[in-house]
Parts: sequence; C-alpha cells; structure tokens
Amino acid sequence: MDHQQAAYKVEAYELLSELETSLLELEQTPDNKDLVDRVFRAMHTIKGSGAMFGFDEIAAFTHDVETVFDRVRDGHIPVTTHLVNLALSARDQIKAMLDGTADADRGTGIIEGFRALPAPAADTAPAAAAPATADPEDRAAAAGDEQIFRICFAPHADLFASGTNPLALLDELAELGSCRVVAHTDRLPEPAAFDPEQCYLRWDVLLSTDQGLDAVKDVFIFAEDGCDLSIDLLAQGPAADDALPRLGEILVARGDVTPAMVEKVVQEQKRLGQLLVDAQAVRPEQVCAALAEQQFLEQTRRKCDPPAAAASVRVAAEKLDALVNLVGELVTVQARLSQKAVTDRDPELLAITEVVERLTAELRDHVLSVRMLPIETAFTKLRRLVRDLSGELGKSIELHTEGGETELDKTVIEQLNDPLVHILRNSIDHGIETPEQRRAAGKPPQGTIRIQAEHSGANVLIRIADDGAGIDPERIRAKAVAKGLLASDAEKSDKELLQMVFLPGFSTAGTVTSVSGRGVGMDVVKRSLEALRGGIEINSEKDRGTTITLKLPLTLAIIDGLLVQIGAEKFVLPLASVEACVELTRQDVADAHGRNILNIRDRLVPYIPLRERFAVAGAPPAIEQVVINQVDDHQVGIVVDRVIGEHQIVIKTMNTLYKDVQEISGATILGDGTVALILDVQQLIHGLDQAA
Amino acid sequence: MSKTIMTVDDSASVRQMVAFTLKGAGYQVLEAGDGRDALNKLNGAGVQMVITDLNMPNMNGLELIKALRAKPECKFMPIVFLTTESQAEKKTEAKAAGATGWIVKPFKPEQLLAVVKKVLG
Repeated sequence: MDHQQAAYKVEAYELLSELETSLLELEQTPDNKDLVDRVFRAMHTIKGSGAMFGFDEIAAFTHDVETVFDRVRDGHIPVTTHLVNLALSARDQIKAMLDGTADADRGTGIIEGFRALPAPAADTAPAAAAPATADPEDRAAAAGDEQIFRICFAPHADLFASGTNPLALLDELAELGSCRVVAHTDRLPEPAAFDPEQCYLRWDVLLSTDQGLDAVKDVFIFAEDGCDLSIDLLAQGPAADDALPRLGEILVARGDVTPAMVEKVVQEQKRLGQLLVDAQAVRPEQVCAALAEQQFLEQTRRKCDPPAAAASVRVAAEKLDALVNLVGELVTVQARLSQKAVTDRDPELLAITEVVERLTAELRDHVLSVRMLPIETAFTKLRRLVRDLSGELGKSIELHTEGGETELDKTVIEQLNDPLVHILRNSIDHGIETPEQRRAAGKPPQGTIRIQAEHSGANVLIRIADDGAGIDPERIRAKAVAKGLLASDAEKSDKELLQMVFLPGFSTAGTVTSVSGRGVGMDVVKRSLEALRGGIEINSEKDRGTTITLKLPLTLAIIDGLLVQIGAEKFVLPLASVEACVELTRQDVADAHGRNILNIRDRLVPYIPLRERFAVAGAPPAIEQVVINQVDDHQVGIVVDRVIGEHQIVIKTMNTLYKDVQEISGATILGDGTVALILDVQQLIHGLDQAA
Repeated sequence: MSKTIMTVDDSASVRQMVAFTLKGAGYQVLEAGDGRDALNKLNGAGVQMVITDLNMPNMNGLELIKALRAKPECKFMPIVFLTTESQAEKKTEAKAAGATGWIVKPFKPEQLLAVVKKVLG
C-alpha cells in the first residue's frame, strides 16, 4: 500500500504542475473550453485516486473545487482572475496536504471562497453525480473528432500546365493526419505514346484526420477545376463497434463493381480479389486499393483502441542514470576493443569491432536522448514566479516563452532552475519599472519578459530579455569604485563595466529588497553555469532593457575531448573551447624573456605551462605543444608535451574528496584502461588571474 | 538554396508587403512593376514562382500568365494571381490562362505564406 501511495503522490504532483500551467493559461484565455476541461480532469483524477489510496482529506477538499469547475464547464460560472486565484491557492493547498504540511483553516477558507462564488453550486448531491457522467464525455472530446476520408484524386491530363504539382498536394494531405496513398497506373500509355508533360497517374488516399472535411477540401482548392475529385467520409470516430467492411463491400461502395457480380463470384469460394480480377470485373490495382483501404481502417481502429497507456512508460530516474553509466562503460570497452583490433591487425576482428563501434554509438545516442527533457518543464515554474512576484511588487509583467520544446539533459535542466529564477527575479525587481514609471518613459505600462530557448551547435542558448530600465554603466562604475573593485580613474568600456556585475559581492540595487539584491548576485549564477560547462553573457541598453544569454551544453555525460600528455600522465581538454594547437620551441621561450607569452598570428597569447602547474617530474621535450583555448573572449594557451588526438570522453565524476580541486572537473577511462583527468580550463585560467 | 519568387504589382506598397513577408520566410524575392517589366527581369533570374496582380498598366496579369506559359522554362511554374473577392469571372479567366492559384486581397502575411507553401511544396 505504501508503494501505491507513493505512486499516487508522484502522479498527483505531476497533475498539480499541469493544473498550474492550465490555470495560468486559462487566466490569459478565459474562454478556452479545452483548458477548463483540463483543469476539471486534473481535479477529478486527484480526487478519484485520492479516495482510492486513502487520501480522504484530499479527496474531500478537491471535491468542492471540482464541483465549482464542473459549473465553470457548464458555463454557469465565468472564469475570472478571482476564480483563478482561488484555484491556484487550492492547488497549493492540495500540494501542502500531499506534503503533510497543510493548514486546515486555510483549506476551509479556500472552500468558503469557492462557495461564495456567484451562482453557487446547487450543493453536493448533483455535483457528486457529475463525475460519473463526465468520463465518457471527456473521452469523446479527446478522440471523437477523428474522421476517416477516402479521397479519389484523378487529375486531368493537362494538370501540369497550370503549374500544379500533385505531389505537393499529397504531401499537404499527409500533414493533416495519418494517410495511406495508393497510386493507380492504369492510365499510363505505351512508352512510345508517353508524353512527359501529361499527368497519367491518379491516386486514392485514405486519410485519418481530426481537421474536418473543410481542411481536406482546402487542400484541393486550386486544383478543383483540374481534376476529378471525390471525398467521402468513411468512418466517424474510433468508437464504431460494427464489423469492418469486407473487401466486396468496399469495392461496391466505390462503384468499382456491382453487388450482383460480387455475389456471383463469392459462390465460387476462392479468394475474392483474385476471382474478381479473373472475372475481369475489376483490375488488380483496384483490388489492391480496396485491400489497402481495409488494412488502413483496421490499423486506425487498432490505434484508437484504449491501451494508449503503452505509448509511454514511467521509469525511475536512477535507472536511467545507471543506464547512461553502463553505456559509458560500454563506450570505454569498445574503445579498448578497437585499439586491440588495430594493434593486432586482425581483419576479421577489425570487421567485428567496426560493427560494435557503430552499434555502441547508436546505443549511446538513444540512451542520451532518453534523458533529454523539453525545457518547458523549467519554464512552467517561472510563469508562476513572474505572476506572483509582479503582483507583490505592484508591477504588471507578461512572460513570453519560446522554444519550450528544446530538449536538454535532465541534469542540466535541474541545475538550471536556480540560475533562471535568480535572473528573472533581478529582471522583475530591478529591470521592469512600475507602470507609472513606464508610462512616464513612454513605454506600455505592461512590461514584457521574453525567454527563448534554441539550439546552437552542441549547445542550447537561453535568452532572457526584458524591456525594463536596463543597466546604467555609470552606476556600475560608481558602485565598483565605492566597493574598491575598480580604480576611480580606470578606463573601462561600457561592455567591460557590464561584465563587472558578475564579480562576487556586486549588487547595484539601491536598497536590498526581499526579492533580490541580497549580495548573492550574478556571480553565483555565473559559477553555477560554469559548473555545467556553460557560460553567461549580458547585454543591456539604458532605458531599453537587458538581455541575458545562457549557453548550455546539450548533455553532461559524454563530450568530445582532446587527449594530451605530460610525462606519463594523460589529460583531457574539452574540445568545445579548443581553438588551435601550435608548437612551442625553446627559442620561443627564450624570445619571451621569461614571460609566459606567445606570439600567435600577431597576437600575444598568454600560456600556462601545465607541467610546472601540476608539478609533473621530468624535463619537457625540446618542442612542446600549446593548445589554444578560447575562454570568455580571451585566448589562453595550455602547454603540454604531446597532443594525442580527439576522443569521445565519458565523464566520470570524482569522489567528493577531490571536490576542492577546481582545475579538474572529472575523469575518464581510456581505451587501454588508464585514467585521464579532465581539465576545467575556465578554472585553470581563473586560478591564473588570482595568482597574478 | 532558397527559392526565388517574383512579385508583380503596379502598387509599390503591395510589392513591398509581399517581398517583406516572403523574405522573412527565407525566400528570395524579385520585384516587377508590370507584366512587361516582369518578362524583362525574368530571363535567367532562376525564378521558381510568380505572384502577380491582374490589373496593371502596359501588360496586365492575364497577358503575363499567357506569355509565361508560352515560355518553355515557365510552362509548369506555379503562378498565383492576386484578386479582390468575388471576381468570379476573372478567376475562371486567369485559371484558363494557366494560373495555378489565387490569393484574395486584402490578405494577411500568413495567408500569403500558406499559399506559397501550398503551390511551391
């Protein structure tokens, strides 16, 4: 039972977050029937399973809320901000009850709030009956509009002359729903008589769509005059329980054959299609088309059958993590195998390892994609934050999100939450002005915050832009000087000044509010992003607004790395930041007069001799290698003995004993079984800054 | 490679609106002020679709459509014409001349894009 209760809780938390999303959307579009239905369904499920698993209090509480939303569904109670507020607080109350931290008085207050709504629910008796009738309705609304059409599209021979491409039309049909196309070639002439400028083909299309007849007709709107077209509705909705039409019935319905003819051949008890062809009543293609139709109907029906639950499986996150680890091991072993095959020069083994390599890569991609979640999950929480916070501060703010479907590794999303919240709080508190200030500045009273997520190579970019007051570089300067972070006469560009907000202990807000400006500022955000191997950039224009761009890696588990060697030790540099590799001779070192600076394409680039830094024993080779890395607009070289090459690196986290070693972000196991440490280039360079 | 669409209209503002919308959707756009201008600019420009108004000076849309269909390289090219609502006989005439489809004025950018996508595939 405990196990089941835990499962109920997991489900209920999910429903609650869905409920929150729906409610917030509902506030924007109060007339949206779908949303009201969704809210009702979520409440209904929470209540129903709550009673089943012994959460009687939750069931009783939710019942009253559900009753109200049933009335909303019927249109007896209008959707107002007040209603949404009540529903949101009810949602919080249910969550508190699940957590076991509920305050009973608060619950009673909320219920009374609901009861006080206009046109109160005619008490409990009819409402209790409502859920029983609600379910079939819901199902009808969810899947009921699916219709199956038979479209016979026979273009006139001169269709091409009007510039119409029949394939584009078929593609457009395919976009409406699942469809099955049968091409008829019976009008094709002998090759000698073939005119490539004529259209000889015709098509039968079976389309299962929820878009309705008009959408199907619209596809052919320009082609109507250029073809013979018939569109028939074959089946409405998936619920029809009668037997599927038989082949003969379909042929008759299509007018391809008369019922009498079918009767006649059925008597002979052979395969009907073959018999009809033998009897020259129909051509083989016609039978094929009819068979395809039968098959399609069958498939569609099977698809609509209830066991939709099988479409997705719920798996504990730890199992996934374990799977990723195992795949990581597999990649490592595969690397060893490949190495062995290459050294042994065994062609048979080589062939096998190539297959293993391909399969491993495929497996890796699949497993990693399973861990990907749409970033929307992180956005949802922000919506609530913006709503609550802007209300608290007396500001009016609209949040737009784009690219919520962009997928990121689960771990990245989880660790992204705090930085996002922090940035949004800053925007709401310091960025967006009060409606009065905005009006005075000639802006619309309602502020806008826009969050966009998009792919960019192996990274995801998240842009948070507000149209608020922006950051005044002069205020940053004053602040930095006051805090002793900047000399009063230092010359800094506006861009450089902006970067100073990432310095520890920096906060420009005049006063500390409960919302932000507690000194734990953007430096924390920056550090947590760097821990994710990402980065942050800030752009701001005074009075126009601020844009913060976060750059995140798609995944944390496996990266491309550059394998390098110092003495007997091997290290990995993340390939993403590597720009170039150059040689460093003794002469170069002598030319720089003891300063660790190298002239690369007429630019002076500082470098870090890793051998000295890590105190590796032995003498460096006569010619060392410098790996040039691009970090935060700077180029920095890292000197190693030898560059081995590019490798797929499975990142293993280090034991917590090593958590203070900032220059190392992890380790990986190489093909020959040895361990290589993964360097954190950013931290290496920061270390250099602090030492200087 | 993005596809090139020619917009033919004597009204600069309509051309501008069409060009702006199509460029925004990633197409390349050529502009022409009337039918004759269009034929002159067409040669070798690699145009894959024409959007033309019907009423224009020098050479109107109907004549342009016929002239285009007579050129081997434009024989099967999608040609869409702009028309005001309920000009039924114009529609039939233009279709008979070989037009692929039509857009009813006034139209919204998304309607224009939907039609372009429809005929250009």
